[in-house]
Amino acid sequence: MDFEKFILAVITTNPKKAPSGVAVFHCDNKEEMDEITANLEAILDGIAHSLTEDLYIIVKH
Amino acid sequence: MSEYTYPILLGIIIGTLTRVYMLRTDYRQYPTYLHGKIIHIALGFIAAGLGALAVPSILEEDFTAVTFLTIAASQFREVRNMERNTLTEMDSYELVPRGKTYIEGIAIAFESRNYLVIFTSLLTTLGYILTNLWGGLLVGVIAFFLSKILMAGGKLEDIVEIEYVEPRFDSSGLYVENIYIMNIGLPERRKEVLRYGMGFILKPKNFDSRSTIANLGQRQAILHDVSTALGVYRDSGTPALVPLAKRDLDDGRIGIFVLPQERDIERAIEIIGKVPTLENAIRMPTERKKKEEGM
Repeated sequence: MDFEKFILAVITTNPKKAPSGVAVFHCDNKEEMDEITANLEAILDGIAHSLTEDLYIIVKH
Repeated sequence: MSEYTYPILLGIIIGTLTRVYMLRTDYRQYPTYLHGKIIHIALGFIAAGLGALAVPSILEEDFTAVTFLTIAASQFREVRNMERNTLTEMDSYELVPRGKTYIEGIAIAFESRNYLVIFTSLLTTLGYILTNLWGGLLVGVIAFFLSKILMAGGKLEDIVEIEYVEPRFDSSGLYVENIYIMNIGLPERRKEVLRYGMGFILKPKNFDSRSTIANLGQRQAILHDVSTALGVYRDSGTPALVPLAKRDLDDGRIGIFVLPQERDIERAIEIIGKVPTLENAIRMPTERKKKEEGM
């Protein structure tokens, strides 16, 4: 099956918001979250989107 | 030498010159390289030869000889396939791809230009045979300019008004005026986008052009042309830095977001204006209404 868009990873500071069925990176604060997201974006070749202030997703387009 | 040698020669020369003229390298940079040009000049020469030979063969009542024009047709259809395949292969390595519609447009242009060459050399030879050298030259020059008119398509500036707008963020959403472009999560990336990004609004001048610029291939062509001419702030592995064109669903305006290396507003507007309206994207919904009224 060919997915056009796919969530590769979730980065959050709020464990309650993290979805299941996908890699979640729990962070302690916003700075750590930004740093991890920037790295993951480059590594996974996906785009970091912010859903809320404390929840980022990396999506492959 | 037969009486047709000079007319045929003149037809071939004018036809080949027409092809050379139509093969100018412009800012879209295709074909840039020498070998690509040689291929097309050689094919243009063959086309000119075929066109020039058609008239004497009819005059000599050698009617079956005209069937070689059908071979020419299949030959030049092959040119179209060749261009399409080459460009499609190369497109995956472009930072901002041309898109299939643009490629098809270029391929069609290559095929049709060979037919224009046939047409030019045929008329030139006919002119020479019916009158004299000067008559042939005159007909050749007229056909040359006719080809020039026929080869030129419409430009985007004819159908839209282009306006520069500074892109902005509303929380994580990137907007060009009120048109939503994309969601960018990282604050660092947002800064980059605001530093390098430029936004343009294309306002359709009429209902027909609204459908034309809505075409995804047409939009991709705009992004490609702007990125080719002004450079692009992008690399593989930075998918967030992507030029995009989105549509305002209410009134059909298009919001263009590009990341040029050279932030020159005047030039960017000029380049967007010069983007060809792709034949495959042109829609004319109002033509239907007119026809219905006329019936």
